[in-house]
Amino acid sequence: MSVRSSIAVLAVLALVGLLVYGLVSKGSSRIAVGERAPVTALPRLEGGGDESIAQYKGRWVLVNFWASWCIPCRQEAPALEEFQRQHGGSKFTVLGIDTRDLTDDGREFARRYGLSYPQLRDGDGGASHGFGTTGVPENFLVDPNGTVRWVLPGPVDERYLREQVEPFLPKVKS
Amino acid sequence: MSGAISRVIASLVAAALLLALAPVAGAAPRASLIEIEKQVMCPVCGTLLQLAESPQAQREKAFIRRLIAEGRTEAQIKDALVAEYGDEVLALPQGSGFSLSAYVVPIVAFVVAAVALGLGVLRWRRAGRSGGRGQPNPAGPKGDDAERLDADLARYDL
Repeated sequence: MSVRSSIAVLAVLALVGLLVYGLVSKGSSRIAVGERAPVTALPRLEGGGDESIAQYKGRWVLVNFWASWCIPCRQEAPALEEFQRQHGGSKFTVLGIDTRDLTDDGREFARRYGLSYPQLRDGDGGASHGFGTTGVPENFLVDPNGTVRWVLPGPVDERYLREQVEPFLPKVKS
Repeated sequence: MSGAISRVIASLVAAALLLALAPVAGAAPRASLIEIEKQVMCPVCGTLLQLAESPQAQREKAFIRRLIAEGRTEAQIKDALVAEYGDEVLALPQGSGFSLSAYVVPIVAFVVAAVALGLGVLRWRRAGRSGGRGQPNPAGPKGDDAERLDADLARYDL
């Protein structure tokens, strides 16, 4: 192959590589049961500093992606708070991730619904992208080793939490 | 004497006017929602904010309106949006990181195409001057070719 042909082939390969990179970095698929949960550090919605799911290792974590402008998120918030009151402790927590939302709106939402569980901020949607969500709300139950054990692309309610999530959790709250 | 006093008063009035007008002349133009909407995205919808009507877009527009009311400039408002939603909120890619390729790749492609075209034209002209392959032979065909040409011409009565 001549030098000129090699350069042409390299140029085409570089262009194809660039297009593939663009597609791969944009697209994502929802994380499945059995896969590891992404552990990207995110800023806390209140109080400053960063946190990641990795810090909850050893606990069951119900990761709840939400946004203040999302109407189903408003409907499920009281059920999540009640579930946290019943089961939250050293073995389980709900972890809210406010995604593609304004900070003040997110804080106001958490105050309005009296959400006591930890809340992180995902302004650019990076964590949401990592979990492969397609909207809000979406819920992922992560086991103490960081593996996703249950996924619900949609809102939860008290019955759903009791029937689908509770059976995974340790019986004794501590 | 009164003329001198008048001149002093006129100078003072002129200086006061200049001082009063200076901040107006130096101020940045007031930011407008219509202009900013054309330059930023609705991150959830993936379209320009100008075209978006989703609940998230409504909140983003309200946020921009609030910052305009606070007297922030267009650049400050875009910075605030980036702080909230990240770089992807800007409709035009940033001039750094991978986004830079959006500007660099078309320029490089244009330069490579122009160089290739230039080299092609030079080669074609050089070949034309030196009577390269594909040029007619001024002496005309010889041997079998000449006979075949004569036969064809006779057949078509040209």
